[in-house]
Amino acid sequence: MEIFMQSLVSGLLIGGLYAIIGIGMTLIMGVLKIINLAHGQIMMVGMYITWTLWYFLGIDPYLSIIITVPIVFYLGDGISRFLLHPLIEKDSILPENQVLMTVGIGMVLVELARFIFTSDYRSVQTSYNAKSVYIAGISLNYPLIIAFFAAIVLTGGMFFVLMKTDLGRSIRATAQDSDAATLMGISSKRITILTYSIGSALVATAGIFLLPIYYLYPDFGPAFTVKAFVITILGGLGSTVGAIAGGIVLGIAETFGATYISMGYRDAVGLVIFLLVLVFLPGGLKRFTKI
Amino acid sequence: MGENKKMIQFTKWEIITLIGAIILPFIFDFSPYIQGLLIFIMLWVILGSSWNLLAGFTGQVSFGHAAYFGVGAYTAGLLYFHFKISPWWGLLLGGFVAVIFGYLLGIIVFRLRGPYFALGTLATGEILRLVFGEEEWLTNGHNGILYMTTWVSKYPYYFVGLALAAASVISIKIIMRTKAGFYFLSIREDEDAAAALGINTKKYKNISMAVSTFWAGIAGAFYMIYMGFIDPEVVFSLHNISILSILVGIIGGVGTVWGPAVGAVTMVFVQELFRSALFGLAPQWFSGLHALIFGVLVIVVILFMPGGIMGDWELIAKRFRKSTRAESEA
Amino acid sequence: MSILTLDNLTKNFGGLMAVDHVSLSVKEGEIFGLIGPNGSGKTTIFNLINQFYTVTEGRIYFQGTDITHKKTFEIARIGVGRTFQKVKPLKRLTVEDNVMAAAFNREATFAGARKAARDVLKFCHLDDVAMMKAGSLPIGGRKRLEIAKALATRPKIILLDETAAGLNPGELDEAIGIIKDIRGKLGITVLIVEHIMKVIMTLSDRIHAIAHGATITEGTPEEVAKNPAVIESYLGSDYNAEEFSNAEN
Repeated sequence: MEIFMQSLVSGLLIGGLYAIIGIGMTLIMGVLKIINLAHGQIMMVGMYITWTLWYFLGIDPYLSIIITVPIVFYLGDGISRFLLHPLIEKDSILPENQVLMTVGIGMVLVELARFIFTSDYRSVQTSYNAKSVYIAGISLNYPLIIAFFAAIVLTGGMFFVLMKTDLGRSIRATAQDSDAATLMGISSKRITILTYSIGSALVATAGIFLLPIYYLYPDFGPAFTVKAFVITILGGLGSTVGAIAGGIVLGIAETFGATYISMGYRDAVGLVIFLLVLVFLPGGLKRFTKI
Repeated sequence: MGENKKMIQFTKWEIITLIGAIILPFIFDFSPYIQGLLIFIMLWVILGSSWNLLAGFTGQVSFGHAAYFGVGAYTAGLLYFHFKISPWWGLLLGGFVAVIFGYLLGIIVFRLRGPYFALGTLATGEILRLVFGEEEWLTNGHNGILYMTTWVSKYPYYFVGLALAAASVISIKIIMRTKAGFYFLSIREDEDAAAALGINTKKYKNISMAVSTFWAGIAGAFYMIYMGFIDPEVVFSLHNISILSILVGIIGGVGTVWGPAVGAVTMVFVQELFRSALFGLAPQWFSGLHALIFGVLVIVVILFMPGGIMGDWELIAKRFRKSTRAESEA
Repeated sequence: MSILTLDNLTKNFGGLMAVDHVSLSVKEGEIFGLIGPNGSGKTTIFNLINQFYTVTEGRIYFQGTDITHKKTFEIARIGVGRTFQKVKPLKRLTVEDNVMAAAFNREATFAGARKAARDVLKFCHLDDVAMMKAGSLPIGGRKRLEIAKALATRPKIILLDETAAGLNPGELDEAIGIIKDIRGKLGITVLIVEHIMKVIMTLSDRIHAIAHGATITEGTPEEVAKNPAVIESYLGSDYNAEEFSNAEN
């Protein structure tokens, strides 16, 4: 029972973190209609920026949000403006050429990181890194708790932005029907670029919360890219609430998979759920949550 | 277009390329390192052609071709590991086992379209990687499978690789001149319109999958035979197999018979050019750039030559001619 | 002898009756017109016949056999060809390859399919653009390519969905000529949906009029044009009675 509770709670907390990674992807997939296969790699870039700020300037990782996130926001802006958007008008044999472009971008980001930072493992040491609290025999790691609450705040914030602001309405309109949105006077170019930037900023934020928990190395990203689209498909395209639900389902499924099946199948659990959802529940959890 | 009755005809350049590839080792005295690179080119020709048939010609963009490469490699490897049967038997068998896997995974992924198909194939590839790493009783897990290679010299492998690569390219060239080839293209261009023309889209997607996975499996088995060692992280690698086979196709030219071959040569050449720091002419740190430069090349190709080198050949040639003419006029 | 029969055909899109118990019977060798205002369900009927949509209720018979639940490609194989209002050329293939892809429906060999394709291209006046990429054809050519592809599958009946829309007067006459020849020279039955009254009134032997998915009337062009319900339903939309009277001349 204790093992069960411990798995459940760690799964829940990790799931919160996954949710932040997923929100960015769900926005991008919802609006741009592409899978962003550079998602985890953009997160990795954010983590290296944060690590550099900590290592050389001693800036606390959580504090570096104010520096890292804007930088990655503009990285996302540049990528979507100069590399993804121009492809819309290009005639290519495969309609997936934007997706293939994100593969190339991801590859360049990884190799750039390897070139600058080498393949060594990096981590930040802070006073709260390894601290845990124990509640009823269950250990809760500080950075994970912080990340979980950050996830709730960020999801809530994104939900508010999408539902209550003009920008949010424009994004949702573009996601639903970009042609119709254009007719309503919304610049779909501006919105798609902005969405990609926001998605990048969000995943960079997720990276900051991951940094005190994981070791960082250039190939850190791809595994999280996969998690991000698993979450997105689970939660339903463009759904912030779905992303948090998908993130938590994935987090819990993984920890239970690791505990009760085997450590090696931890990642397979998410992928199997993903395939089942793709085939049998198109639309994901959004079908139940409706938002 | 001539009134050629024959199903297949080779152009002058195709024959020159093939003969050139055969006599190449007899003309130059390559170091074993270069010989290894040539063999890898052949491997990528097979794998790239395999991906290209399904994605470039049939429009089903697979992100999971490592699954079939890996299954082929493990068919050869496990025959040896469990039964001490020479992996050379696995070369042929690997292709067929990959076809079976392709059919079974196709039941799932062909329910999906467009980007969802891409994601579905990616997931199946990753799942197989995890399963082959975990089920030690069957696969020896992460310890991998070791086999003493047949020949010390690399040339025999080169010729086997060349034969397989040529066979894969020619098989696709032939298929694309048959009814099935026309049906693949129709499905790529518009699946609904294809069905309305009487094309059993499901059946022909499966046929494309079968031929594609057959060659991916053969490539995998050949890899096992040549390298003498496989483990799940290598042969089921998302990046090093699935994605690189896509990039080979994109650079060479999606939906062209010779694209993957051109892409394979380009990829290996560009990477080696930088790995060797421009053949020693540049400072040593250049060698750290080889993968980065290749990534940049991919971006540039997608941005400016969406048809790849073969697909946009006329465009490139025209631009080149124009610039040389401008130069001569100046 | 009836070649295609719709028996109480119904399509319900989540509560919306797109097609509401439509029954009609196309006789072998006739040109049968299907008319109705925008959104009245004509294209939906085509999409039901070739199974792009699943039928909610009712039956479809082709030469006496029930084809209500066959697959799209099977419908084409048994001899029902169709064109699309929103043309669907295989863009990156040449015009000839487009038609060849269709011709393989009956021909097994490359040479056979090519010969069949060339015959059809000639018939549809597309032989001089045969080597063009289908995506770069002007609209008139694309419309004829739709017909050519459908014909190349060697159908017994061809469903033409607004093949004359968007054509200039010269192209329009060309299209009318081709459609006449489809029946006259090739002996293929035609079921035609058309907005342009000139086309439908001059070509059709019989016309079936629908509005809001349901049948209004059926009869010869003269009878249908005089039917008050038809005139009313058209007056309610973007058509007027003048068009009918003009077309009759």
